[in-house]
Amino acid sequence: MTGHAETDGTTLDQNVVPSIDLPTAAVDALARSPDDDHRAPTIAVDGFRVTATTADAYTFETATERHADLSRAELADAAHDHDVLVADWYVFEHVVDDEGSRGAFLRWLEGATERLERLGRLDDGRTDAADASTSDAAERSEPTTATAIRDRFRSLASGIEHDWGQLRITATIADDGTRRYAIRHVDAAGIDRDHLEAHDDPRDARSIAKHDPDGRYRPLKTAPTLPTGWVFPDLDARECYETVETFYPATVANWDRERRGDLDVSHWHETMARQTGIYGLIETWDRGEGHEHVEWVAETCCADSQCLKRREWEYDAETALSVDGGDGAFPCREPCSLVVSAARRWTKLESEAERTYEFDLTPSEKEQLEALIDAVADGRVEEIREADLSEGANRYRTRFLRAKRFDDDGALRGVPTDPEEGTTDE
Amino acid sequence: MQSLVIVAHGSHLNPDSSTPTYDHADTIREADAFGEVRTGFWKEEPHLREVLRTVEGEEVYVVPLFISEGYFTEQVIPRELRLEGWDVDRWDSDGLSADQATLTATDTGQTVHYCGPVGTHEAMTDVLIRRAETVTDDPDVGDGFGLAVVGHGTERNENSAKAIEYHADRIRETDRFDEVTALYMDEDPEVDDVTDHFTATDVVVVPLFIADGFHTQEDIPEDMDLTDDYRTGYDVPATVDGHRIWYAGAVGTEPLLADVVLERAADAGADVGAAIERVRRTTAVAAGNR
Repeated sequence: MTGHAETDGTTLDQNVVPSIDLPTAAVDALARSPDDDHRAPTIAVDGFRVTATTADAYTFETATERHADLSRAELADAAHDHDVLVADWYVFEHVVDDEGSRGAFLRWLEGATERLERLGRLDDGRTDAADASTSDAAERSEPTTATAIRDRFRSLASGIEHDWGQLRITATIADDGTRRYAIRHVDAAGIDRDHLEAHDDPRDARSIAKHDPDGRYRPLKTAPTLPTGWVFPDLDARECYETVETFYPATVANWDRERRGDLDVSHWHETMARQTGIYGLIETWDRGEGHEHVEWVAETCCADSQCLKRREWEYDAETALSVDGGDGAFPCREPCSLVVSAARRWTKLESEAERTYEFDLTPSEKEQLEALIDAVADGRVEEIREADLSEGANRYRTRFLRAKRFDDDGALRGVPTDPEEGTTDE
Repeated sequence: MQSLVIVAHGSHLNPDSSTPTYDHADTIREADAFGEVRTGFWKEEPHLREVLRTVEGEEVYVVPLFISEGYFTEQVIPRELRLEGWDVDRWDSDGLSADQATLTATDTGQTVHYCGPVGTHEAMTDVLIRRAETVTDDPDVGDGFGLAVVGHGTERNENSAKAIEYHADRIRETDRFDEVTALYMDEDPEVDDVTDHFTATDVVVVPLFIADGFHTQEDIPEDMDLTDDYRTGYDVPATVDGHRIWYAGAVGTEPLLADVVLERAADAGADVGAAIERVRRTTAVAAGNR
């Protein structure tokens, strides 16, 4: 989601483009930029352009103005007159300074789409970065670019919000035009920062992400079990990226590859065929008899209730799975190590032949078994109230079932698991 | 920009498995020798398959936080990192001498200097000794002490025992401890009989493991009779059969291990400047603590 934030209950004026106290370093960088094509501002992307006619004479242009033969001091004046445009260029070229996934993510966080397009077009793998900057961007009406940048600064002044997994990230702007970021749990969105535990070191995210709210170790970083109650209230761009990378490793890199149309997906079959050692046997689960087993694995492990990545891998490149891959912001490009480990266990269990067992159960007991499986599978056991006997997975109901239906060896209805072991007395 | 990636096993079950990896990465970050320091895991995230795409630099030093050369360092890590043309012969190793191989990662196009594991580097000997200093809180420990280096054994990998013996031999050659012995969990001489192997009253026992977990926190303390039940903990030192056993826990948690990571990268050509000296200094046991 994207939206405007109210920071600490203070509603900022959303209609004002903030004035920027342009840092000296920005003007210095501008004076150097004509020699550096890569970093030189362009009207299409940055809303302005600087060229050097002689060693110390500059031209400063926007879509509607042109100032030639400027001295170094006059260039500084022109820059200050167009502080928003110059600040925006300076922040991305010299502060963020990344044309890779980090830079793309920071651009995305404030909806700087014209800049993202320069790094590779959204949702179109056929267009590389160079094409995008010369086609789309150049076709756009140039005054619109400057307007878009001013609009973005106006939005930043009140805060621009994006969600990334269970993170709510708010981008704002400092007096010098650099960005500041706040990161908190999505469930803490409306909570005053004073009521949250404040952190300033991205590495603190390691310990926050280590255990779920019940204190259990989280082996999967993208499980939707991140605890809340904390905030990183004031991060710079690098710290923001590192914090996100710590909570959700490699998600930004994979999102950016997908955005550029360049995500390398390794499907189930090839992933399992790659495994060796104790995981080598998983390949034998694929017997060329369909892929229903993989549907079950994906339904089990990859639903949004279990993992916030959006599953993009299928059985193989030709065989899509019918179960939903989820709605996550960032993609899952191959079965993860948890799926591989679980698949090893299932490969062993599923090699067993089916047998027929006969049990006598009351209809309610059959339904209770179903309710028990549902409760465990959905992680609801803890929330079933002690005295709620209407719930099949209630502890007393379950203890009663065990008392009535298990023999001393724990066998259901005294029926042995292996008939070779002989019958157990009821 | 030169980048460092520390790769380790990690765990789905043990929350402490990744702790040494993060700690050593932090130490090296603070020593400022690399433009960036990243971590990657086999069982945690970022996974080995994806760690290189989190690295912005084009020149990457990959150091495995593993004890010995074997299945993980020779097959799993190079495969998952997608190191083009990898063959274990590139290390030309006798099981202890892997230093580095320079390859291209097909996934990212980065140049990867794939280093041998920390466990077989000669500097690991110093970490074992430092571990003995830490557990006894004595920077001069040695006189009147025995030292046992404990390994898993050869059950799964013969190179594992080679590394244990290599370091035990090197420590013995320093003449610092009265006695030095290599012991194993699943073969003779066994760690269960630790007191049979020493005449010294005080014995420091250091497992050559990267992280504390099931083996170092449960098996070994119980095998040595430091405790009947690992959950109730044990004393350091603990008295067993008239010996004082100073059980150190996994050597990989010793801060000086960061130095071995740096040494591995430096051997592979990384310019680490004064970082090695800095790490050795900042991780030292203060003299006169005892």
